[in-house]
Amino acid sequence: MQITLLYFGRPSENLKLSQETVQLPAGVATLAELLAWLRLRGDNWAAELTESRVRCAINQEFSAWTAPIKDRDEVALFSPISGG
Amino acid sequence: MDVSIQHEDFDVAAVMAELRRTSNNVGAIVTFVGLVRDMSYDNKVENIYVEHYPGMSEKALNKIIAEAKQRWDLLAVKVIHRVGTLGPNDQIVLVATASSHRGHAFSGCEFIIDYLKTDAPFWKKEVKPQGSEWVVTKDSDVQRMERWGRQKQ
Repeated sequence: MQITLLYFGRPSENLKLSQETVQLPAGVATLAELLAWLRLRGDNWAAELTESRVRCAINQEFSAWTAPIKDRDEVALFSPISGG
Repeated sequence: MDVSIQHEDFDVAAVMAELRRTSNNVGAIVTFVGLVRDMSYDNKVENIYVEHYPGMSEKALNKIIAEAKQRWDLLAVKVIHRVGTLGPNDQIVLVATASSHRGHAFSGCEFIIDYLKTDAPFWKKEVKPQGSEWVVTKDSDVQRMERWGRQKQ
């Protein structure tokens, strides 16, 4: 399963990344599992991508951590929003 | 277009003139303009940087406007949100609503800005002398939005 990952706000700055395409291994099928898998990259990733520090959208809709991920989804990870 | 996300500044009078022209039935226009302050929690702010999620931010704002139009009789709505680096006193956001009567225009405008704060994917970073910091959603903003009978997404 291949997805596009986008980063905004604090995670984008701290991870020095705004977009990447990743191939998900078997067993990574929800947002919570995706986050745990990305934390395995270590250092900044482990510190930055916790469920309390980031929020998420799938295909441009805010989503809960239990939401399932499908092939070709656009998944965005970001800090709590602060517009206006 | 009801929504514009742009780097450039905006002219409130020009937006009001545009809304005025939408119908001869416009009896009231309410505008809200958000500005950059030079203080945040007693800390000096040199400037702010605003970013958004292209595609989703337009979609989210249009959804907010559609909901406002369902709740109140709004003849026209305009939302402008600036992005990029902005300094103290700069305009960040404009919400303008036009209606036949002021009550609908006032309520619609307040609803849209309250809901924008918690549901539209924009991020602000404050640059201060001691370093920069990403602003987080304020509890008071969530409470204001919940008054409208909505839950945070």
